[in-house]
Amino acid sequence: MARDERVFCIGEDIGIPGGWGGAFTVTLGLEQDFRERIIDTPISEAGLFGVALGAAIMGLRPVADVQYGDFLFCAMDQVVNQIATMRYMSGGKVTVPLVMRAPVGATGRGAQHARNPEAIFYGIPGLKIVCPATAYDAKGLLKAAVREDNPVLIFEHKLLYGSKGARAETEALDASSEVPEEDYVVPLGEGIVRREGTHVTVIANLLMMHRALLAAERLAGEGISAEVIDPRSLVPFDWELVEASVGKTMRAVVVEEGPRTGGIGAEIAASLAERMSDYLLAPVGRVASPDIPVPFAPPMEEFYRPTVERIVEAARGVVVGSGG
Amino acid sequence: MAYDTQFLLGLYRQMVLIRQFEERVKFLFLEGVMPGTIHQYQGQEAVAVGVCSALEAQDVITSTHRPHGHALAKGLSIESLMGELFGKVTGCCHGKGGSMHVGDLEKGMVPAIAIVGGGVPIATGIGLSFKLRQEPRVAVCFMGDGATNEGAFHEAVNMGAIWSLPVVYVIENNRYSASTPICQTARVERLTERAHAYGIPGVTVDGNDVLTVHEAAQVAVERARSGAGPTLLEAMTYRITGHSRRDPCLYQPEEERKQALAEEPIGRYGAWLLAEGTAEQAALDQARAEVDAEIEEAVRAAQAAPAPAPEAALEDVFA
Repeated sequence: MARDERVFCIGEDIGIPGGWGGAFTVTLGLEQDFRERIIDTPISEAGLFGVALGAAIMGLRPVADVQYGDFLFCAMDQVVNQIATMRYMSGGKVTVPLVMRAPVGATGRGAQHARNPEAIFYGIPGLKIVCPATAYDAKGLLKAAVREDNPVLIFEHKLLYGSKGARAETEALDASSEVPEEDYVVPLGEGIVRREGTHVTVIANLLMMHRALLAAERLAGEGISAEVIDPRSLVPFDWELVEASVGKTMRAVVVEEGPRTGGIGAEIAASLAERMSDYLLAPVGRVASPDIPVPFAPPMEEFYRPTVERIVEAARGVVVGSGG
Repeated sequence: MAYDTQFLLGLYRQMVLIRQFEERVKFLFLEGVMPGTIHQYQGQEAVAVGVCSALEAQDVITSTHRPHGHALAKGLSIESLMGELFGKVTGCCHGKGGSMHVGDLEKGMVPAIAIVGGGVPIATGIGLSFKLRQEPRVAVCFMGDGATNEGAFHEAVNMGAIWSLPVVYVIENNRYSASTPICQTARVERLTERAHAYGIPGVTVDGNDVLTVHEAAQVAVERARSGAGPTLLEAMTYRITGHSRRDPCLYQPEEERKQALAEEPIGRYGAWLLAEGTAEQAALDQARAEVDAEIEEAVRAAQAAPAPAPEAALEDVFA
């Protein structure tokens, strides 16, 4: 915002003095430096996403956020019918530099503040989608998104916002990492190898990336070498990185927190089957949540979301079942 | 109010242009020459022309699934519209938009938004951009009566109101949301009664009288431009053609239709110009002949223009 005066934030409870800086403190205190560019809206998601679109096509660079990813559905017409199609319908004449932020993940709040809706938006042409798993990527991807001339949807995991502070979640994971003070971007569409391995490629983002790393550690104890890839962006997707890895390991497991049917894993597995059939020694494994709404009771929520153990089992199954 | 003769004749010409354009398009469509579907504007010309004549070139409008009249009134060329309706590369959206998405931001018209009510937040955001940049520009949101029953309408008009944005919300009340009469879907007599709920002025005018619309729009546009905030402007009008292709309008009572035809805006305004001595019949006939010739030329050009390559469909998803 300091670098580009066209950038402004718009959302609910994002800059009320004495408030929380958004549901998860992401914009806390920004109103002190940028009062004119921190716009608190009524509880009107369809309205605020449409307003952001209108401002974007006139050359501003809005960052619109919802308090919970589930609320994106209140703005679905604007996100899907308007934001994702505006440039296309105009024949390429209109530019939509618009960032949308949405917290996702089950955190003891029941079914309506919990969903991982990434797969639903993954199937909407016209939206770029990123999912930062570390503090470094959160900064770098946000900066890249703000500088992008297309709509970018950023899914942020509630358990990665931080284990400290007023709004820290009880089960929050320490996702902190070295975050340089200086300006840098993590380019959209660039994945990263989080851990190198030779027997199986585990593809996971957000919270699942951290669990995949823990799983890889355990697998190593069993003599299975897992390579963990964090795609960081879903659209565009870094196929080059994934293909290079699967070309080496010849096995893959996709992990996601959302439900299994029609999930991210389904799309990646199908694409890998098409692209890598000469290499794959086993069908691509999928680890996902069951096809149910997110439950409340802690033991049920724990049962719902893929655990380290389930990732270990899936990877082991793929490797052992194919002579690894 | 005293008006310049050229201005008065210009309004007539604009309305006739829209009417003749729509009649020609209807014919092309029924002949099976034109692809897609169409939602036409016959009978509502005074609204687009009355409002847009109160705007400056740098002002921006949003439109609806019934956008041809708004596009012509905002200054898009007949060729670029006809080209788009034929799905040709010469169209204002290079064939990617079609009838329901015509527009050209360079001319101050966002590609038309065919989800009812969907344009209301967008126009509000355009107004927000003008306010943040302190530009003396105004956004106008055209919508039908049906849009006032969408949640997006309420959310967005409220935001325009609380932030005092330079927006004019124009309801073209043609009395039907597709085939359902508005009296069946709203309890209020005038839709502008809803303006009170947002704390902004609501003005209902005769939408078939182009000068009345123009004057009401001017007041609302001035108010917006001065920073005083939005207005909800309702123009009472009537669609004297089908909702969309091949709609015989069996839901419009015979008597009501007959009266609407007697009150349609072009005949009324033409008669007024003659009665006032502003124009001779010959001048009105000449205006019609001129626009007919321009439309024929546009049809010829559009039919001769190349169709897009099928694989060009893959372009323009992202910048």
